[in-house]
Amino acid sequence: MSEDAELKQTPLYSRHVALGAKMVPFTGYDMPVQYPAGIMAEHNHTRSAAGLFDVSHMGQCYLHGPDHATTAAALETLTPGDFLGLEPGQQSYTQFTNETGGILDDLMVTRPAGEGSDGSLFLVVNAACKEADFARLEAGMPSNVSVEILHDKALLALQGPAAHDVMSRLGPEAAAMSFMQTKSCTIAGLACHASRSGYTGEDGFEISVSNDDAGTLMDTLLEQPEVEPIGLGARDSLRLEAGLCLYGHDIDETTSPAEAGLVWSIGKRRRVEGGFPGAERIQKELGGGRTRFRVGIIPEGRAPAREGTIIEKDGVEIGVVTSGGFGPTVGGPVAMGYVAFEHRAADTPIDLIVRGKALPATITKMPFAPHRYRR
Amino acid sequence: MSTIKYTDDHEWISIEGDIATVGITNHAQEQLGDVVFVDLPEVGASVEKGGDAAVVESVKAASDVFAPIDGEIVEVNGSLVDDPSLVNSDAQGNGWFMKVKIADAGQLEGLMDDAAYQEHIAE
Repeated sequence: MSEDAELKQTPLYSRHVALGAKMVPFTGYDMPVQYPAGIMAEHNHTRSAAGLFDVSHMGQCYLHGPDHATTAAALETLTPGDFLGLEPGQQSYTQFTNETGGILDDLMVTRPAGEGSDGSLFLVVNAACKEADFARLEAGMPSNVSVEILHDKALLALQGPAAHDVMSRLGPEAAAMSFMQTKSCTIAGLACHASRSGYTGEDGFEISVSNDDAGTLMDTLLEQPEVEPIGLGARDSLRLEAGLCLYGHDIDETTSPAEAGLVWSIGKRRRVEGGFPGAERIQKELGGGRTRFRVGIIPEGRAPAREGTIIEKDGVEIGVVTSGGFGPTVGGPVAMGYVAFEHRAADTPIDLIVRGKALPATITKMPFAPHRYRR
Repeated sequence: MSTIKYTDDHEWISIEGDIATVGITNHAQEQLGDVVFVDLPEVGASVEKGGDAAVVESVKAASDVFAPIDGEIVEVNGSLVDDPSLVNSDAQGNGWFMKVKIADAGQLEGLMDDAAYQEHIAE
């Protein structure tokens, strides 16, 4: 049985192939891992100019209810985020949690602004989890809140310090937003829903556009002198340097948002009131009950420590690496992982067991490459 | 004069007398992408044909390099420690990995010549 036969394609598939991308299976889609420039060059281009990513494999849906309070309250039963307090045109990062406080997926939630959008929330979820997420939403929403899955929308990300200049030319309305704002607007003459956010640590935009218009938007963006196409390989090294979690690796059904250092994404009201799956564990952890914590790690020397690498301190196992590789902007290896809570402090010396050898490393604050959001 | 042979695992072996210089092929480095680290064996270590000899790491992943023949490591390419990208820029020259003292010259018989290797990667 050929796995390739079952792989799905985004509306931009033929363009990736025409650009010479190396295509690989990723969460059921045939996706570009890199273009001829290579991961290192693509990473550096995103940090110095602007990179264009096809993230159409991710799941997009709307929740529609009678008014904002109803829809927000419904979503709050599944996540620890504060959506009642979300202003129109604002975006928020949150997680679906399970009954034991683990993370089922992480997602972005937008409260659309504008006429006729009261009572709607727009969600972007991970590709690997989207079917389960949609099923969870359909099962979990009250009868007066409906789930509209957007099968007809592509998602493009434009990331990097030159993204603003590019957007100023093609979509001035979008360029006027600041970090975590969203807007329905016109970009390159096409109807889009854009947010000022991303997964690289850089300023940039994520643009939801119809499948029919996605190719035209990609072509127009790639015609801009600052913009190059970027594959999933560089997307991973960029997000790792930015200290951002990758679902299924740095966060999963066993890790809680409190252990993952995502407390900032839990509304203050929600920490007190609870009312989301696993609240008991998360509230207990926030009260001093955490046993492990997600930290950044800088290995000494040049050897990368990959996912699964055991972390030791004084010969005793204290944790494990959940993402690790080479950071082109850092110019050396970087990693993140979980360590026993008492060893989480920055500058703590540790050892990484790579191919049977203990490599010295240091726990460090993240991000490894400074965030450069436009606030 | 040296003879160059190739393995199924995309290594090249340049044979001079009883010493084999080993590296990965240009095709292999193209597949790996940007090399950021090479973990080389210790000089004096014994390697066995098909056993682990080195690890080459790209931005994305680590890949094992297997010993193409039995023998003893007599030299490793220290230049790769400071500049692993030599594997990308000159895979079949300055990007060599190690020199092995050949234990059993008979093992060289089964390896591919250049024409056979080019055919192998074209498949």
